[in-house]
Amino acid sequence: MNNFGKSLLGLGMKKVLGLITILLISIVLGGTGHAKDIELIGAGATFPYPLYSKMFDVYNKEYAVKVNYQAIGSGGGIRQLISKTVDFGGSDAMMSDKDLAEASAPVLHVPTCAGAVVLTYNLTGDPRLGFTPDVIADIFLGKISKWNDRRISAINPGVKLPDMNITVVHRSDGSGTTFIFSDYLGKVSAEWKEKVGTGPSLNWPAGLGGKGNPGVAGLVKPTPGSIGYVELIYALQNKMPYGMVKNKKGKFVDATLASTSKAADTNLPDDMKVSLTDTDAPEGYPISGFTWILVYKEQNYAEKSEGKAKELVHLLWWMTHEGQKNAEPLEYAPLSKKAVEKAEKLIKSVTYNGKPMMK
Amino acid sequence: MIEKGRDNVSVELRQQLGLLTDSSMEDFLVRIHRRTMAGWKFGLSESFFRKILYVAGTFVLVLLIAIFLSLVVASIPAIRHFGVGFLFGTTWDPVRGEFGALPFVMGTLFVSLLALAISTVFSLSISIFLGEYFRGGAVSAFITSVIELLAGIPSVIYGFCGLFLLVPVVRALEIKLNVAPYGVGILTSSLVLAVMIIPYSASIGREVISLVPSDLKEAAFSLGATRFEVIRKVVLPYARSGIFAGILLSLGRALGETMAVTMVIGNSNFIPKGIFSPANTLASVIANEFTEATGQLYLSSLVELGLVLFMVTTVINIFGKVIIRRMGMGDK
Repeated sequence: MNNFGKSLLGLGMKKVLGLITILLISIVLGGTGHAKDIELIGAGATFPYPLYSKMFDVYNKEYAVKVNYQAIGSGGGIRQLISKTVDFGGSDAMMSDKDLAEASAPVLHVPTCAGAVVLTYNLTGDPRLGFTPDVIADIFLGKISKWNDRRISAINPGVKLPDMNITVVHRSDGSGTTFIFSDYLGKVSAEWKEKVGTGPSLNWPAGLGGKGNPGVAGLVKPTPGSIGYVELIYALQNKMPYGMVKNKKGKFVDATLASTSKAADTNLPDDMKVSLTDTDAPEGYPISGFTWILVYKEQNYAEKSEGKAKELVHLLWWMTHEGQKNAEPLEYAPLSKKAVEKAEKLIKSVTYNGKPMMK
Repeated sequence: MIEKGRDNVSVELRQQLGLLTDSSMEDFLVRIHRRTMAGWKFGLSESFFRKILYVAGTFVLVLLIAIFLSLVVASIPAIRHFGVGFLFGTTWDPVRGEFGALPFVMGTLFVSLLALAISTVFSLSISIFLGEYFRGGAVSAFITSVIELLAGIPSVIYGFCGLFLLVPVVRALEIKLNVAPYGVGILTSSLVLAVMIIPYSASIGREVISLVPSDLKEAAFSLGATRFEVIRKVVLPYARSGIFAGILLSLGRALGETMAVTMVIGNSNFIPKGIFSPANTLASVIANEFTEATGQLYLSSLVELGLVLFMVTTVINIFGKVIIRRMGMGDK
C-alpha cells in the first residue's frame, strides 16, 4: 500500500467510524418522540389495520392525539393487553375464557366494523356458484372431493362443473379470518365442530396452507380446481371471483359491504361479544364477524393518568361515530345502527376509579 | 561501519524489511526493533488486550447457553404436559391443545437433506471448477462474485422466485405425472433451498481445494495420472474434511431457513408421503403461528418446537464435527 492509501485509511477510517457513531446516536435519540402530543398505543388484528390507520390519521389531524397501532395479530393484541403494555388491543376473535381469566379484570369488547369471509375458487369461465353450509363444511373436511359432485351440481343447476379434484386451500398462519370461517362451520356442521373446532389456527383435515390472504390467493389463482377462503375486502380489491352462500333464512346472499353490515341486524347482546356467523338476519351474509377494540373496563391501572383514559374513551366514541365515515371508502362494512347503540353503552361504562368517564 | 539510514537502523535491515513488506508493515517492524533495542518489556496493554479477548470468547458461550436456557424455560409447560411424546406426536391441533412435533421434524429433515443432496452436486462441481481449473483470472472472479451474490439474496426473494417461477413448472410436471397439481411441496422447497445453500459449501470447498499443495498434485501428474484421477484420488481426499465442513455449514443453513420454505412448502401439518406432497417444517410453523397464538400451552409448544430445532441442529453439528475430525485424522 502506498503512502496515499495509508493516509486515506488512517484518516478515512477514523472519520467513517465517527460518522457511524453519530448516525447510530441520532437514530437512537430520534426514536424517542416528543412528549408534546398525548400518545395512545394499541396493538392487534391485521384485518382492520388499513381502516385504523386511516382513522387514526384523521383523528390526529383533528384532535392532535397520536395513536400508534401495531398490527401484530389478534393473538398478539390480546397478549399485550393482558400484560398491560398497550392502552387497547384489536382482535377479530373474542377473548377466550382462559384469556379473560389471565386478564384478571373485566375487558370490554367494543366493535368498530365488520368484515366478511368469502369463498374464492379457480374454475374455467369463473362461473358464479352458490354454496350451502353443509357443502362448504364437507368440502373443507375433505369429504367432497370432486367439483361435479352431485351435491354441488344440485345447488348450481345451470353450471357445467368439471370432473376435477377439489384442492382445498386454507390459511397457514393464525388469523381472525380463519376464526370467523371456522366459527361459521362449527355452527353449521356438527362434524366440523367435533373434528376441527373453532380458532385462529386449526388442525385442517385437508388441503394446502398459504400465508396470509395473499398466500391463499397465490395458491388459488394458479391452481385449477382449487377453493379457498379470503377476506371480502381482499377479494374485492384483487377482483377475485367468489361464490354466494345460503344463509340461515334460506336466501343465497352475495357478500357485499351492505350484506355484511346487515348481518348485525339481529339481537345483539349488551357486551357485544357476539359472533355474527350464521346470522338470523334475513339479508345478512352468513360468514361475517365484528372486529373489536379491547379495553379494560377500569382504566386506572399501570399508573395511567385520568387524562389519558379520557382520551381513550373519546377516541372510542369517535371511532364508532364520526370515524365510521372512513369505513366504506376503504371497503370495510360500517357498524349497523343497533351495533352503534350497543357500542355507545359499552363506552359509557368505562370507568376511572369506579366513576364512568362519559355520561 | 554499518550504514545507518532513517531511524538509526541499518540500511541493510531496512532493505531486508522493504523487500518483504509494504511500507506500513516496514514502519511497524522498525518501531518494534527500536523498542526492543531500548529494553522495553511488554506491560499493561498486552494483558488488557488478552482480557478483552477472553471476555469476548466467553460472551459468545454465555450467549449460546442463555439462548438454550430461555428456550427450555419457555417450553417447560409443554414439556411437563406432553413429555417425550411431543417428539412423536403426529397431531398439531391448536383448538384441542394437542401438539406433536413429528410431522415437522420429518418435514424439516426431509426438505433439508434433499436440498443438501441436490446442492452438493453443484457446490462440489463449482469448488473443483474454481479451485482447480480456473483458479484466478476473470472467469474465476466473475463466478465467485455471482456465487457470493446468491448468498446475499434475501430469503423472501427466494420464496417469491420459488412461488412465481418454480411452482408453475412443478405444477406442470405434476399434471403430466397425474399427481395432485399443487405445485408446492417438498420437491419445490428442496429445489429453492438447494439454490440458497450452494454458496456456503461452494466457497469453503473452493478454498480448501485451492490450498492442496501443488507438490502432491505434481507428483501424481509426473507419474502419469490424468487430471480427473488427480482430482479424485489426490485433491478431494486431501480436502475432504474441509469440503465436509462446508457441507455441514450448508445443512445448518437449510435446517433453519424459514421464509423461503414457508412460501413454497404447502403448509400441511401431516407427515409427508412423498416428494410431491405438501409438508411443513419446524421453522415454518413457528413463523406462521406464533403471532396469533394465545394460551400458555400453545405458546409453550411453539417454543418447544424451537427447542427441538435447536437440538436437531446441535446434534447434527456435533455429529458432523466428529466425522470431520475422523476425516482429518485419517490423513495423518
